[in-house]
Amino acid sequence: MAATATIERGPIDRVMTLRERIDPARRITLMASAIVLLLVLLLLVFIGLNGVQIFTSSGIPFAAVFNTQWLPGDQFVSGEVSFGIFPFIAGTLGVMFVAALIATPLSVGLAIYMAEVAPRWARSITQPSMEVFVGIPSVVWGWLGITVLVPFLSHNLAGIGFTLGFSWFAGSLVLALMILPTITSIAYDAITSVPAEMRGASVALGTTRWQTIRHVVIPAALGGIATAVVLGMMRAAGEALAVQMVIGNRPVMPTSITQPLTTLTAQITLDMGNTVGGTPWNQVLWTMGLVLLLISFGFVLLVRRLSRSRQVP
Amino acid sequence: MSQTTSTKSTGAMRRTLYADRVATGVLWAIGILVVLILGAIIVHFLLASIGTMSPSFLFGDPSDTTVGGIGPVLWNSVYVLVLTLLITVPLGLLGGIYMAEYAGQGRIPNLIRLSQELISSVPSIVVGLFGLALFVNATHWSFTALGGALALSVFNLPLLTRLTEQALRAVPRDERDGSLALGTTKWQTIRHVALPLAIPGILTGVILTAGRIFGEAAALIFTAGVATPSHYDFANFNLADPRSPWSPFHSATTLAVYIWAQNSEGLGQFVRQIADSSAAVLVVMVLIFNLGARGLGRVLQRRATGVS
Repeated sequence: MAATATIERGPIDRVMTLRERIDPARRITLMASAIVLLLVLLLLVFIGLNGVQIFTSSGIPFAAVFNTQWLPGDQFVSGEVSFGIFPFIAGTLGVMFVAALIATPLSVGLAIYMAEVAPRWARSITQPSMEVFVGIPSVVWGWLGITVLVPFLSHNLAGIGFTLGFSWFAGSLVLALMILPTITSIAYDAITSVPAEMRGASVALGTTRWQTIRHVVIPAALGGIATAVVLGMMRAAGEALAVQMVIGNRPVMPTSITQPLTTLTAQITLDMGNTVGGTPWNQVLWTMGLVLLLISFGFVLLVRRLSRSRQVP
Repeated sequence: MSQTTSTKSTGAMRRTLYADRVATGVLWAIGILVVLILGAIIVHFLLASIGTMSPSFLFGDPSDTTVGGIGPVLWNSVYVLVLTLLITVPLGLLGGIYMAEYAGQGRIPNLIRLSQELISSVPSIVVGLFGLALFVNATHWSFTALGGALALSVFNLPLLTRLTEQALRAVPRDERDGSLALGTTKWQTIRHVALPLAIPGILTGVILTAGRIFGEAAALIFTAGVATPSHYDFANFNLADPRSPWSPFHSATTLAVYIWAQNSEGLGQFVRQIADSSAAVLVVMVLIFNLGARGLGRVLQRRATGVS
């Protein structure tokens, strides 16, 4: 952890004198770094307050929001309406897990390749490639999905009895590519931080490189690799535009990987501009935003727990 | 050693060596595959934009009857990027200095670190919602370049703070001690010794995050707007006039948002060409930002260390 570097500090830092305490440079820089605290509070307040409007100001019962029926109806005419957000939550989780399932073997393999196998010249290609890869914008991935991936899927798989176009699978595939560099770079860091002595000890026993990777390097880096996968999943859950463009946007509970689906992010993206503020339909979108915010905060706590458990071997 | 055990062990060894060779092959294949995918994406967009790419596309006005241009949206992308950096670079530098030089261990620094992690986990669409609530509705600004830049600052500020902190931490302790031994104050040491040495790292990081900001769309849809500007009057320097492209209060659809809008709202027959070429511009910009950051980092490093 980066924080450990601060522990060994020289004699100048022993006890803060009064002069150091009121040092203007210290105060100003502290204020600048504390803005982020304020941002977290503001985020919680603004998303939180708007997220509960559907219950508090519109008086929609909890049961009408936490169910599987998405029938927002006409915003201005009352009728049978239901604002069930379970399809979106399930969609987000489903798309995320399948994306992680596709991306994990590829990115962990790539990280192992870069750390253990690739010669210097190959590394000088893969390293910058990863940086460009992670920089490709979300909309570009979405546009690629629409113009290349979806036509490819629907034409080439029609022959073997699949109807696959805008679908759960397409969404997960695009996401898998997007989170690949995220998982790779964090897993790479975990693998390269395995002490060289452990590899040396293994190789000295006469093992092959793959035996060393499988029985020494991967077990030692497992905590870091798990963190990498969780962070990749976090990015997948929060990704909006690319998913929205290829997933088909159908608000149903996920049952089959070939069906069109929708997610929290996709529905917010699509509907926020088309609904009128103050209507339950609009308010439920904020509730979805709040759910997303809580999911991502949950991921942070999970990652913290993972890295803490890693420190105690 | 009997004959049978030795053949058995060579069999096991052969299998082990075979597994090693297969694994090596698979790992190489993954490495090559990923690089090929990236190469294919870049080549795809370059080829797809070949007929459209021209100065009149890059700098011209959008049109309903022809392919038109992306001039105004490209302007907006640059404008929002510059505005975001103006807000976040000074604050990020100061914040990073505190975290690296003053913070140490304690409740407040730990809270700040947790907040940084929390913010960086927030999906950009949620940041967009936050911006909509705060910089669009609460302020009554409507969709503005400033609102977009502030929304982008929400996740760019912790990123730059982090970056500055790491760059400062990488400065060797000896450099500081040498300066302090001359009797300088802590701030003089930071300002004249640590910070100059950290600048190459910070600058490289700033350029890389700039590339990210340039491609960001989800946080901007509800803050900077999606309406396609038809024409900008660059002679209008009135900063209070929301029609002026120079004003922070002009509605600012960026290039990335424009691509998304082409897909969801574009109607014309040129949607494909426009979006393909716009995507090509974005990809090329990302490449330029990356190569620029690497090149600049190397040059500055060389100058700072005095090794030519």
